[in-house]
Amino acid sequence: MRNICFYFQIHLPFRLKRYRFFEIGKDHYYYDDFQTGDRIRNVVDQSYLNANRTIAEMIRSSNGKFRCAFSISGVTLEQLEQYAPEVIDSFKELSRTGSVEFLAEPYGHSLSSVYDASEFERQVKMHADKIEALFGKRPTALFNAELIYSDEIGELVSKMGYKTMITDEAKHILGWKSPNYVYNHSYIPKLKLLVRNQKLSDDIAFRFSATSLTADGFINRIAALPEEDRVINLGMGYEVFGITQPAYTGIFEFLKALPYYAMEQQMNFVLPSELSKKSESAGPLSVPYPISWVGNDKDLTPWTGNDLQQEALNKLYAVGERVRMCTDKPLLLDWLILQSTDHFRYMSHKDPYGTHYESAYEAFMNYMNVLADFLERVDAQYPTTIENEELNELLKTINHQENEIERLENEIKKLRARKAKKEE
Amino acid sequence: MFGWEFPPHILGGLGTASYGLTKGMSLQNDMEITFVIPKPHGDEDQSFLKIIGACNVPVVWKENDWNYVNDRIGSMMHPDEYFWLRNGIKYDYQRIYTNDLGCINFSGRYPDNLIEEISNYEAVASVLAHQLDFDIIHSHDWLTYPAGVFAKQISGKPLVIHVHATDFDRSRGQVNPTVYGIEKRGMDMADHIMTVSNLTRKIVIEKYHQDPRKVTTVHNAVEPLPNINSYTKSPRKDKVVTFLGRITMQKGPEYFVEAAYKVLQKTSGVRFVMAGSGDMMNAMIDLTAKRGIADRFHFTGFLKGKQVHEMLAESDVYIMPSVSEPFGISPLEAMQVGTPSIISKQSGCAEILTHAIKTDYWDIDAMADAIYAIVKNPAMYNSLKELGRDEVNNINWYDAGLKVRKIYESVM
Repeated sequence: MRNICFYFQIHLPFRLKRYRFFEIGKDHYYYDDFQTGDRIRNVVDQSYLNANRTIAEMIRSSNGKFRCAFSISGVTLEQLEQYAPEVIDSFKELSRTGSVEFLAEPYGHSLSSVYDASEFERQVKMHADKIEALFGKRPTALFNAELIYSDEIGELVSKMGYKTMITDEAKHILGWKSPNYVYNHSYIPKLKLLVRNQKLSDDIAFRFSATSLTADGFINRIAALPEEDRVINLGMGYEVFGITQPAYTGIFEFLKALPYYAMEQQMNFVLPSELSKKSESAGPLSVPYPISWVGNDKDLTPWTGNDLQQEALNKLYAVGERVRMCTDKPLLLDWLILQSTDHFRYMSHKDPYGTHYESAYEAFMNYMNVLADFLERVDAQYPTTIENEELNELLKTINHQENEIERLENEIKKLRARKAKKEE
Repeated sequence: MFGWEFPPHILGGLGTASYGLTKGMSLQNDMEITFVIPKPHGDEDQSFLKIIGACNVPVVWKENDWNYVNDRIGSMMHPDEYFWLRNGIKYDYQRIYTNDLGCINFSGRYPDNLIEEISNYEAVASVLAHQLDFDIIHSHDWLTYPAGVFAKQISGKPLVIHVHATDFDRSRGQVNPTVYGIEKRGMDMADHIMTVSNLTRKIVIEKYHQDPRKVTTVHNAVEPLPNINSYTKSPRKDKVVTFLGRITMQKGPEYFVEAAYKVLQKTSGVRFVMAGSGDMMNAMIDLTAKRGIADRFHFTGFLKGKQVHEMLAESDVYIMPSVSEPFGISPLEAMQVGTPSIISKQSGCAEILTHAIKTDYWDIDAMADAIYAIVKNPAMYNSLKELGRDEVNNINWYDAGLKVRKIYESVM
């Protein structure tokens, strides 16, 4: 019996508006609502709604045998709530079938797993809360932004109580090993790792129309794998259905036909959490340096490869601790949105995927202007002259002052009572 | 080749480009280049090509004795060559004023009687076309098109013209009909047209109605600067933003002043330099005074030779807001010495540069933003500096020369 595990990624960045340096300190709204809204409308109409309908029908017609997982970033959920609430409803419907799992990921689709561990923890928790609030079930598997994974991140994730994590097929990590097994963390055996099968995933995501792929052809490809390869992980962006592969290519029909051919060949669809529960690990995977799911090298260079990106990331994460002490709601939301990996991808000279800027420099200039204003606002909350630790103490004092006053008042009352007694 | 300028005595970018291109082409071993200019000074570098001064070519037959000729022009040209060229006089040019040797006095500059000088140059071309042995004629810029066309008519050899600029660039659209006429005729007669950028190519196709198949872009390159390490930046408190070029309408100096005004409203510690001279200089001085930024704005006047590179090296930002620039070699020179550049999208060089900031010439907000980012953000400055220098060092004239060679072969 072979298991096919499908997961789809959904992330839409908030696009920054053109923000010039002379607006720093004057304008605190950073987003291009028109562009963001327009993009969402486009992707919702062409992809998400159709794909959700297709999947709902697949689940129905296969009697719940077709199962798949979604990883939707927190900022995307917020956008959808704001611009296209019908998509949220349609996901809720899917979740009620019980054949769909929602995965956890850092709320802001951020690189925090690499740059700021406590921020990562906070965001994953935030995201899990959001998922639970929307779909009624707390995630147990984690799909990090850009599928970034390393031993260190795995350890963090395991400490947060997650049992499954998804990672990508990187040649320098797997070596001769096949991605079609379940593995575990290099020194924490209870954290299971699911490895995305890059070739088969890309066959659908990028080569579907060019190679005129058919559903039975695709299932036959899986069937032709060695008998021992029990697990096929297929992960891709959800916009593959309808945008990367437009509807006229027949991608939706392809998807719809998959369960039929799969079941004919005795294949099962499973969810990531089920997979890690019922499969034995084939052994540990050691990943000393972070890997991602982009490019041939599978490293972090698309986001951190040049000086501009490094500079922006360092400036941003330098204030992490400080921002987490703030209580200003708009500031905290901006903090999340400014962390999206996309902003840094646009600053890449070699691979600025999805950029709307004319050059990496322009992306950097615009982002740094926004960041400068953001940092000023953080500064206005608490002046930089105070050290974080000192500030923490002060905040504690302020937050506890009511309890303190109450305690003292009680004491005064007691003393007064005692005094009155004595005088009697 | 017919040209108008050749280093070291140059007035604009044409001379620099002519030098670079011929030097790059001379690296192809089977290529021999004869370069004609109106008036050589005798100190041109002739190690890789032969220079003929049009002012030493006789167009009217005068009897002179060998020693006399040697006395007069021996430093420029061998007297035997003079007599040999004299045999090429086939037409009667008595109407042209000539000197005792039968040669025409050229100024070699851009005088008021430029049109007359251009037609005199044509006369010289006829003599050369009869006498020299060559396979192809290559004319640089409109001043030499008539000469090239005449040489083609006489010799029957193919003519290639090289468009370094058109009158549409020089005049912001208000073309001089005489100049346009000369340009148009040159293009019509040419077997192939080379332009220094796609921008210019488009103008040639649309405004001069040329067949796109006949027009090819050969981007300019930049000569490696000798002793590049001698140009250093002296430490100073303020950042320097430099505009360098003729202060004329074409170069968009007013946009630079306005951008400077925007930057100075937000920050101090930045100084602005406008180097060069031109008919809009006084207006620009007025404008800086009117904006109240004259204390941070400096005018240097015309710079030449080494001073140019020193100025560029001393700057933290180089800016070229040209309204229309067929190519624009100066940003490449700035990047060579490690100075980040901001260029207008209306410049030809924007087509081949990645590590420079590109804005529309009228977009002073974007320009000000870029200046601010570079002077305030070391990561931005360093990236542009390092990557820009690497990029420019990879653009060389040899490759441009190969493209020219291909075009030659296609028309021969």
